[in-house]
Amino acid sequence: MSIYTRRRITNGVVMSLSVAATAFGLLWLVLVLWTLLENGIAAITPALFSQMTPPPGSAGGLLNAIFGSVVMTFIATLVGTPTGILAGTFLAEYSRGSRFGEVVRFINDILLSAPSIIVGLFVYEVMVVRMGHFSAWAGSMALAIIVIPVVVRTTEDMLNLVPNALREAAAALGSPKWKVIIMVSYRAAIQGMVTGVMLAVARIAGETAPLLFTALNNQFWSTNLNAPMANLPVVIFQFAMSPYADWQVLAWGGALLITLTVLCLNIGARALASWSTFKQ
Amino acid sequence: MSPPQSAARLAMPVVPSDADVRDPELMPAQKAVLRNVDFFYDSFRALKNISLPLHDKRVTAFIGPSGCGKSTLLRILNRIYELYPGQRATGEVLVDGENILAPGLDLNLLRAKIGMVFQKPTPFPMSIYDNIAFGIRLYERLTRPELDDRIEAALRRAALWDEVKDKLRQSGLGLSGGQQQRLCIARAVAVEPEILLLDEPASALDPLSTQRIEELIAELKDDYCIAIVTHNMQQAARSSDYTAFMYLGELIEFDETERIFTHPKQKQTEDYITGRFG
Repeated sequence: MSIYTRRRITNGVVMSLSVAATAFGLLWLVLVLWTLLENGIAAITPALFSQMTPPPGSAGGLLNAIFGSVVMTFIATLVGTPTGILAGTFLAEYSRGSRFGEVVRFINDILLSAPSIIVGLFVYEVMVVRMGHFSAWAGSMALAIIVIPVVVRTTEDMLNLVPNALREAAAALGSPKWKVIIMVSYRAAIQGMVTGVMLAVARIAGETAPLLFTALNNQFWSTNLNAPMANLPVVIFQFAMSPYADWQVLAWGGALLITLTVLCLNIGARALASWSTFKQ
Repeated sequence: MSPPQSAARLAMPVVPSDADVRDPELMPAQKAVLRNVDFFYDSFRALKNISLPLHDKRVTAFIGPSGCGKSTLLRILNRIYELYPGQRATGEVLVDGENILAPGLDLNLLRAKIGMVFQKPTPFPMSIYDNIAFGIRLYERLTRPELDDRIEAALRRAALWDEVKDKLRQSGLGLSGGQQQRLCIARAVAVEPEILLLDEPASALDPLSTQRIEELIAELKDDYCIAIVTHNMQQAARSSDYTAFMYLGELIEFDETERIFTHPKQKQTEDYITGRFG
């Protein structure tokens, strides 16, 4: 057998294995999406968006849970984004090569991969126990703690992609450093940074564990941030585990809703990222 | 300034022509003087005991093989190297008699006075208008019409106005490489610096854009003290009044450009400009 034939056969075998592996991975994703669609589509009704979570056996929707998820995700993003951007800016622009920067980066990476249930337990310990009750504030803080390391990481990575030549050019005009960062570095990295925030939002949109110990759940409409608040992940968890068929249908509906939201956020983030590379 | 005077200055940069003698302002004053300058990247000594003058309203070219320290030398003059830890310069660089290497000097004010254009075009990710307004707004508060005028003047100086006057609000990133580099030159001259540092400004450009940049340098030197680093010896010969030849961190020879290229005193200089090494 000639070297060339052997090479062709090797290529064919490895190629087939690669395709098979890809198909295997995709298969589960498609199955998950299909099952969700099949079971959840029936639950997507006007009532889902207009009525409260019902007691077993009566009709209802997920309005309070949708509202709670939106509110807590919003507050978490509001707290986590500036914190993450400032810390990421420190790492990329001020601490290059410094020992302290390396330590901060290392700790952030640990936080990034920390199991979310640990974050939930931590906030339970420092907020829920001390306040004496579950609350939407505690839920928001737990989610914010998950947002921060994601935003720190993407901000730092995106700022590191800004060529030093650009910073030099701005500094060479006599610009103070803070102005170089705000006017030039941020502008050059803005799409990537926004993408990072969107990915962080997508990440917390479906988090259940941190909310289980913090915001808990609420059967009723509530806008009080000092009280337990309903939210989609915990409602899905509770309803899906229940023996009641109508609750299970609502759980499917909620799951589909979260999945579609996360999918849209991811697609949006990708579109934004590719748009930015195209522009430059 | 009338054309004959310019012509006289071009031909005889250092020996004063009749016109120069009559008008003491046209004498090539020394705008900056380097004295025993050393430069270190951490412990590596990249420049060794450099001393030379930069004359006002003249172009000084720095030539030499890659890694000889010519860009490093340019980066000392506005202390841009200070952006990076581990880089330091010793010795004296006098600009108008003041040592700019002295500690405690305000770097932002220094850099506002000494403009720089880099090898690769570096337009900021903002509109053409804002690219130029950026530097002006740092140190001046102008009304809108004043700012408009300054920006137009800067773009005209950089020979870019006619190409961009209808799209000042568009991104500077959308321009061609040559246009971007002229935008960077416009940005540098818009803040009205006293010294202009050009670090291989045409090396990333096509021949036509290169020619435009060279024409621009010839015009700009009426007002500025210009230092240019170049790999292109024809460019040095064409557009400079003085030339410094550097090799391995040392200044081998500094003289009028004409003399460097016709009667170099050092063997190394002659070998380099005739293409025998480097």
